[in-house]
Amino acid sequence: MSEAIEPVGDKARLDTPPSVLREFWHYFSENRGAVIGLTIFLLLVAAAIAAPLLAPYSPTGQFRDALLKPPIWQEGADPRFLLGTDAVGRDILSRLIYGARFSLFIGTVVVILALVTGVILGLVAGYFGGWLDTGIMRVMDVILAFPSLLLALVLVAILGPGLMNAMIAIALVLQPHFVRLTRAAVMSERGRDYVTAARVAGAGRLRLMFVTILPNCLAPLIVQATLSFSTAILDAAALGFLGMGAQPPTPEWGTMLAEAREFILRAWWVVTFPGLMILITVLAINLTGDGLRDALDPKLKRS
Amino acid sequence: MSEALIAEPKQAAGEVVLEARDLERHYEIGRSGLFAQAATVKALRGASFSLRAGETLAVVGESGCGKSTLARLVTMIEEPTAGSLKIDGIDVATATAAERRQLRRAVQIVFQDPYGSLNPRQKVGTMLEEPLKINTSDDAATRRRKAMEMLERVGLRREHYERYPHMFSGGQRQRIAIARALMLRPRILVLDEPVSALDVSIQAQVLNILAKLQEEFGLAYLFISHDLSVVKHVADQVMVMYLGRPVEEGPREEIFENPRHPYTRALLSATPVADPNRRRERIQLKGELPSPISPPSGCSFHPRCPLCFEPCPVDRPELLPHGRARVACHAVTD
Repeated sequence: MSEAIEPVGDKARLDTPPSVLREFWHYFSENRGAVIGLTIFLLLVAAAIAAPLLAPYSPTGQFRDALLKPPIWQEGADPRFLLGTDAVGRDILSRLIYGARFSLFIGTVVVILALVTGVILGLVAGYFGGWLDTGIMRVMDVILAFPSLLLALVLVAILGPGLMNAMIAIALVLQPHFVRLTRAAVMSERGRDYVTAARVAGAGRLRLMFVTILPNCLAPLIVQATLSFSTAILDAAALGFLGMGAQPPTPEWGTMLAEAREFILRAWWVVTFPGLMILITVLAINLTGDGLRDALDPKLKRS
Repeated sequence: MSEALIAEPKQAAGEVVLEARDLERHYEIGRSGLFAQAATVKALRGASFSLRAGETLAVVGESGCGKSTLARLVTMIEEPTAGSLKIDGIDVATATAAERRQLRRAVQIVFQDPYGSLNPRQKVGTMLEEPLKINTSDDAATRRRKAMEMLERVGLRREHYERYPHMFSGGQRQRIAIARALMLRPRILVLDEPVSALDVSIQAQVLNILAKLQEEFGLAYLFISHDLSVVKHVADQVMVMYLGRPVEEGPREEIFENPRHPYTRALLSATPVADPNRRRERIQLKGELPSPISPPSGCSFHPRCPLCFEPCPVDRPELLPHGRARVACHAVTD
């Protein structure tokens, strides 16, 4: 360069380049509930992964000599079974640990399904607008007008009971929320100068939609995805309880509840522990989601 | 300087790179009820001008006079409603797909707001390389090298390549925006109020970089601004617009030394001059800018014009040569 222009005014800003992750953690860790939620969630994930190592017995193995044994701290307990056994002599602790696998699997698959379809539909609706937008959004409004569990129930009744079909049904019910969020975000980003600049540089529609606009719409979607994760687990448990989700002898928490219904009065532990697991998991994920929203949503950020 | 940049032929100075004839752009605005008539906003109502390589044409006027619409037409973000636009001798309206791609590369834009014009999720390097990725077959190493060179050209450092836009100040961001616009080696750069969002000290710096780059690449600038002191500093030609039409056009000295159109005079008198001895008479315009939905008849400036007489409300004045400038006013006779 013949005459270099001196870069000025970049000292204060660049001394401490704020890493995106560190900034995120700073805001996230301000919320104690969120940190506790995240910890519990991570423990659950660890338990699900290490289920064969942690669980003392097979989740479907029956001990004919120990039917409906109470948990260890109660009278008449069998020391082999920490949380007691169910009506056919299966260890409840082992089933709960394996159940975490199912719940997390359900949550993940449902969220991915709903997120992918929802984001694509929302991007198309928000980017193109016009009758395409109207068409997509009216269909979403129709889906939202149904009570979600009822609609999922109807869908499972049509598709046939089973875990896979239950997941598809729940994903379909949850996906309008993603469509609306994406659409709103895309519409506000679409008119920004950086999008125009990319268009002037020659970017095509697909590139504009997925490479330029989408990454800037992710914050609300991440939050919605976490919250949907817990809804999915809850709905799957509800469907399981109604006999429309995972089928016995699968150690899914909702299905466990359904099987234990008749023993509510005689053996409290068969219903209480799966119920507690659902409660703890959903609560942990919701707390994490709230923390994520505080950390990622610039409008809620306290500076 | 690297050989890749020297090898590129400089375009001949003075060659016409952009020619606009009677450009118009109308917008339909939404009806409020089912049976209400849709209204048409005539944002641009016939602008003609030409732009030469190595030259700066400044477009001035108050908000709502069609400056930014003009920028959107020239950068082919929007199609003109009427009139013709020729870039490099190729008519934009009739260009083939391949020609259009080529024309897109020839015109790039720098926006007013350096905070909104950079994608917050893209690193500077990715941002600079994106135009090359889309339009050329350069491999990753070449793209990176070109991006690095461009960073240095606009006065930034190589290590800025890996950073995100939020780590930069306004002036630095605007330099990144300029660098991005120049990656494709355009012939025309549309500058839509490029310095009005910046501090005065930074303004001069960015303007100097722009001047240096213009000389190096033989760029034609379409400089849109409402800041006359900036225009006086950078422009070769000046076009004053009022309500979608040019009212006076000519070389910078002519417009600033000898403004003929009453609107130009009013604009110039509103610019502060840092000279206590040169007290100029302040011309104050009556009223507001009329709505572009229903512009006044005849000369659209007549309701606010101090020189208004009989033909003004009836007859629209044409842009006619007066001295070295062209003026659209019935009252100008010299």
